[in-house]
Amino acid sequence: MRRERGMSGILIIEQVLNGLQFGVMLFLMAAGLTLIFGVMGLINLAHGSLYMIGAFAAAWAVGATGSFVLALAAALGAAALVGALVEIVVIRRLYAADHLDQVLATFALILVFSEGTRWVFGSFPLYLDVPDALAGPVTLPGGIEYPLYRLTLIGAGLAVAVGLWALIERTRLGMQIRAGENDREMIAALGVDISRLYTLVFALGAALAGLAGALVGTIQSVQVGMGEPVLILAFVVIVIGGIGSVRGAFVGALLVGLTDTLGGVFLPELLGLFMAPSAAQHIGASLASMAIYILMSAVLIWRPTGLFGARA
Amino acid sequence: MISERLFNTVLLIGFAVVPICAHLLDEPFTITLATRAAILALAAVGLNIALGLGGMVSLGHAVFFGLGGYAMGILAFHAQTLTPLSLGPLVLDGTTSMPVIWVVAVLVSSVAALVIGLLCLRTSGVYFIMITLAFGQMFYYFSVSWTAYGGEDGLSIYLRNGFPGLNTLVPLQFFGLCFAILCCVLLLNARLIRSPFGLALNAARQVPERVQTVGLNPMRLKLAAFVLSGAVTGLAGALFADLNRFVSPAMFSWQLSGEIMILVILGVVGRLCGPVAGAALFVALEHWLGGLTDFWLIWLGVILLLIVLFARGGLAGVLGARAVHHD
Repeated sequence: MRRERGMSGILIIEQVLNGLQFGVMLFLMAAGLTLIFGVMGLINLAHGSLYMIGAFAAAWAVGATGSFVLALAAALGAAALVGALVEIVVIRRLYAADHLDQVLATFALILVFSEGTRWVFGSFPLYLDVPDALAGPVTLPGGIEYPLYRLTLIGAGLAVAVGLWALIERTRLGMQIRAGENDREMIAALGVDISRLYTLVFALGAALAGLAGALVGTIQSVQVGMGEPVLILAFVVIVIGGIGSVRGAFVGALLVGLTDTLGGVFLPELLGLFMAPSAAQHIGASLASMAIYILMSAVLIWRPTGLFGARA
Repeated sequence: MISERLFNTVLLIGFAVVPICAHLLDEPFTITLATRAAILALAAVGLNIALGLGGMVSLGHAVFFGLGGYAMGILAFHAQTLTPLSLGPLVLDGTTSMPVIWVVAVLVSSVAALVIGLLCLRTSGVYFIMITLAFGQMFYYFSVSWTAYGGEDGLSIYLRNGFPGLNTLVPLQFFGLCFAILCCVLLLNARLIRSPFGLALNAARQVPERVQTVGLNPMRLKLAAFVLSGAVTGLAGALFADLNRFVSPAMFSWQLSGEIMILVILGVVGRLCGPVAGAALFVALEHWLGGLTDFWLIWLGVILLLIVLFARGGLAGVLGARAVHHD
């Protein structure tokens, strides 16, 4: 009995870590989206394409050089470059447009990027290997064995979160970003090159998405269409956290990551206490697939502008 | 140069003539394409009630399309396997009668639209877009994980469901049925736009504060429009499933929500027959470009970008631009 409780304790900690890992990766996506909305007022459906581009760039760079570090650099660089280009060619014309136009134009970009990638790389998934230095499990205090790579992802995600906080709160660029969220006419009048700022913010968001794509692509597969499910989860994160709030995106991402992971594992077991195992498995899996949306609905009923959202 | 009325008449006559010619030339595939266009047009007409008239940018209309599809799939599945459908204490028989399936599809998608609308309309703007998209994804994953009706693989129906007095397996007859429904809904939609409800809704989209001041509830108007919109799209979903004799989670996918929205935009937002023009153009492009290249969606994306950036108003807007001001 004692032994069993110990096992389930380890399972819980493992799943909490998995949830955290999923959450911080969602944060990388959601942070870019929420910054872009906060500063430029743009809803960018093509953010998932930048995630995909990061993953493909990493897979290509690993194939060409064999180095995981170079692959990450390629992912960051490619996503930032494509982001900046897209901003200059297309997105810039959409800031003054209504949300419907933004949705359509960025949906069109998804079609172009997804099919373009399929054209170049084909329909078969690519695989990125975990680098040797990060492969294998590591023993945590309490005797829990956990994959080192996933632990690294948690660390990397938290490091990016701290870096982003420092960038926004402590640097000149961050000051301009915060000012841009509050009053873009005023900072333009004060001599800040607003279109350069917009391109920078967009490229920054794109780079974060590309990084997430490369990091997650290593534990999943790299394929066309990988970005959109993550994009929609990032939307759920932003709705929960409040649009425009990076802090909200962080809290929301961890909530969604934990709910999704823990729900998938424990809901069937929880229901198993009340009903037959096969039915519990069946209904539990279906309920778990809906858990984060139920969470989102609850937050909406409680606070329509999200946990940290000031504006509607 | 041409008036909207003339545009609508020519469009609908053309829509009916193409499959008749195809029937005479014995080209059933063209009739199937026209049927597909008519059904997609119906879905887009549904979305246009929310989008054009109510100003609600819903990226989750695949929910209703899919619910309509699964209403057909589940009822026909139980009729096909001769098993009863038990909903708690309620035990029903399956059916292969289209009118019954349509009623169920409309009811189910209306209830879903009511619940989703109540939640989504607590917000507006970008939140609304993101939340409708998220609910679409919720239904998608639910249908994937719900293995009783095929899960990820979907559900095949061997025989198309029947309609009294018609042989729905004859392509032209099924097209006629779908086209007749499309025309009925368009007529109702035209009356709706001119009705007090339509006028109030139009005002609620433009200046909700004034609507509130005169004692109407803009929220309730929008919710009613959202439910109507979902019901029409649900009906289209049931027909679409019958056209393919197949339903799968793909009917709930976010791509489909986006495509339905593209249909509305390729035509023109808010105009009566815009979605019909959009759907016809979409199916023609899909067939023509899809025959030229495997990557036709790239070109659809480029066309869509150009329309959004440079040609606001879509196809009907380009052709009917001048006359619209005189209406």
